[in-house]
Amino acid sequence: MSQTQTAAVPAGTTDGRDPSEILRIEGLVKHFPIKAGLLKRTVGQVRAVDGVDLSVRQGETLGIVGESGCGKTTLGRTIIKLTEPTAGKIIFEGDDITRYKRREMRPVRRDVQIVFQDPYASLNPRMTVREIVGEPLRIHGLYRRRGEGRRRIEELLRTVGLSPEHANRFPHEFSGGQRQRIGVARALALNPKMIVLDEPVSALDVSIQAQVVNLLVQLQNEFGLTYLFIAHDLSVVRHISDRVAVMYLGRIVELGTRQQLYEAPMHPYTQALLSAVPIESPNLRGKRKRIVLEGDVPSPANPPSGCRFRTRCWKAQPICSEEDPALIPRAGGAHPVACHFAEVMKPLDVVGQSAAG
Amino acid sequence: MPEPVLSIRDLTVEFKTEDGIVRAVTGVSYDLFAGETLGVVGESGSGKSVSVMTMLGLVPMPPGRLVSGEALYNGRDLLTIPKKQLRDIRGGEVAMIFQDPMTSLNPVLTIGKQIAEALQTHNDGMSDDEARKRTIHLLEVVGVPSAEQRFDQYPHEFSGGMRQRSMIAMAIANDPSVLIADEPTTALDVTIQAQIIETMRAAQQETHAAIVLITHDLGLIAELADRVVVMYAGRVVELGDVHTIFNSPRHPYTVGLMNSLARVDLDREWLEPIPGQPPSMISPPPGCAFHPRCAFSRGRERCRTEVPPLRGIGEGGSHLSACHFAEELEAQHVVPALTAGEVS
Ligand SMILES: Nc1ncnc2c1ncn2[C@@H]1O[C@H](COP(=O)(O)OP(=O)(O)O)[C@@H](O)[C@H]1O
Ligand SMILES: Nc1ncnc2c1ncn2[C@@H]1O[C@H](COP(=O)(O)OP(=O)(O)O)[C@@H](O)[C@H]1O
Ligand SMILES: [Mg+2]
Ligand SMILES: [Mg+2]
Repeated sequence: MSQTQTAAVPAGTTDGRDPSEILRIEGLVKHFPIKAGLLKRTVGQVRAVDGVDLSVRQGETLGIVGESGCGKTTLGRTIIKLTEPTAGKIIFEGDDITRYKRREMRPVRRDVQIVFQDPYASLNPRMTVREIVGEPLRIHGLYRRRGEGRRRIEELLRTVGLSPEHANRFPHEFSGGQRQRIGVARALALNPKMIVLDEPVSALDVSIQAQVVNLLVQLQNEFGLTYLFIAHDLSVVRHISDRVAVMYLGRIVELGTRQQLYEAPMHPYTQALLSAVPIESPNLRGKRKRIVLEGDVPSPANPPSGCRFRTRCWKAQPICSEEDPALIPRAGGAHPVACHFAEVMKPLDVVGQSAAG
Repeated sequence: MPEPVLSIRDLTVEFKTEDGIVRAVTGVSYDLFAGETLGVVGESGSGKSVSVMTMLGLVPMPPGRLVSGEALYNGRDLLTIPKKQLRDIRGGEVAMIFQDPMTSLNPVLTIGKQIAEALQTHNDGMSDDEARKRTIHLLEVVGVPSAEQRFDQYPHEFSGGMRQRSMIAMAIANDPSVLIADEPTTALDVTIQAQIIETMRAAQQETHAAIVLITHDLGLIAELADRVVVMYAGRVVELGDVHTIFNSPRHPYTVGLMNSLARVDLDREWLEPIPGQPPSMISPPPGCAFHPRCAFSRGRERCRTEVPPLRGIGEGGSHLSACHFAEELEAQHVVPALTAGEVS
């Protein structure tokens, strides 16, 4: 939870006039070609991100959840142009950066950083912690005066709860949680405004997850950072996010404040996701409604027509295969949801005392 | 007290590595009773898998070494019986479910054929027809749709969740009395995880097997386990009924674990992590291995010098803790933040 109280603002406005907006994306699409045969001809497209509108506010944490393969990582990477979008617009602090070339991107790269999931794979094993954390400073030609860079690196290490003595060591000498702190120190080096966090705690044990989550919250409060927090863990996302977007097969299907999404979800997929999380309390065993979805997520190379969730949805009607439901407020609700039959249902509420098992 | 189906006694296993001797499992003892689900929980590297795999003869030795211990199953010690006998028990009376179904499934055989074969190896003289019928029934039990058609498909034609179900079908094929599930849902998405939880319930109803459920996921434990073994640094640090473990844990590690969790159905103002890093398994801290991270130790000498034995707490003798000062937690009526509010 961050200190910024954005929770009461209606979610999902896409008009560009919101002064608190730091990033906006419109109709963002990222397709990956599927190549086959000797000639490597393109035989199809993986529609990883397939038409996403999103507005991120200065100082907030926007959580992105959804099952694996639904396009969360691709969305995060495309937003900061680590991969080029296929279509759509990316507007950062009012500037359309969609077509920016490497040179024009330089100042944007300082302002927007990314932290990856795997603290084992994302740090160069042959570099010392000092080199890893100092690399962005070097690339951007900062702190060149004698001793200045060293002091900055030591300050960064202290900021993330490591000791300056760690600077000469290599990544393999650290535990997973400490490596993730190194990744965060590196991301902070250039005083960014926004950080895309792609499953930053998923590879860590729970007791260490909590350390890193608390660190992220504390850094946000201290530096006024904006977070795009990507994760499949709905509990951690609830804890850290002001607003949450639920993705399914390359689309956002529901977008709301933490309260709206967890306490009054309207999309059947959101409801199913929440109901599926096993709650860490035997006192609640058998006391919640559980929606067990049939089947798996369809291939993003060949998504279902109309509503993409309809093949697993218990509410599906003929209209669902014919008409793609727009992401708009529905059924008297305040937050946007992409379902023809949107309706509040509260899968986290306790229902009766029929303890099973 | 009924006789346990499986009894692990004083199990100690080490690994010789370049960096030194890894003390993977030290003096682990617990019982498994008929029909129950015993959860084994702890962070990665705490010895959960090794403690179970050793008893099934699945730990490579070397580099592993069995230092001491017994694993009594029906009066026989699985650690000393001939390899051939152990192989017969494995996949028959004692079956396994792993995190990655491809460790049990053969990619070049159809799913149906593999399950049928598992049936026939353990049932002399079972006809092909009978094996096919039984296999289709098993696939139905675990919720594989159109089991008849799916019988002739290969593992790669199955989705991750369907493979996991097929592996469960194979594991329960021979009516095991013990089912060992090592992180059965860890790699799966939450919606598929929910399907597998239901499948495990169905499998247990079908076979009445006792289940050892190894996981780092406290949600899964809360959902499925009857009793819980908590491991830290290769040792059992707490053992008890699932409600006791969640509502009145009496080991500081268990308390810390619960206080560090975010919950999907609650707004927690602040998470309370366990400070510090996981212990080295090569040179674990002396005394209680948890003492450097412990919120209750407050630097007391006993914690640093004396290994706390696992002992009974309170009445009944079914709740065990390996903390020198477990009575202090008892006196303070410690309830973890995670379940506070649900217990009066
Ligand atoms: N570089 C790539 N080339 C081809 N397909 C890709 C690439 N990156 C991702 N994909 C595909 O795009 C889809 C979305 O992937 P991803 O964004 O990683 O999802 P998530 O992060 O939600 O798990 C998946 O089907 C994935 O296989
Ligand atoms: N084959 C092996 N060689 C060396 N060390 C091993 C081997 N298998 C397991 N270990 C070590 O034994 C310890 C316990 O491992 P394990 O039982 O797999 O933990 P868990 O299942 O609780 O995550 C760990 O420190 C692990 O690195
Ligand atoms: Mg991803
Ligand atoms: Mg394991």
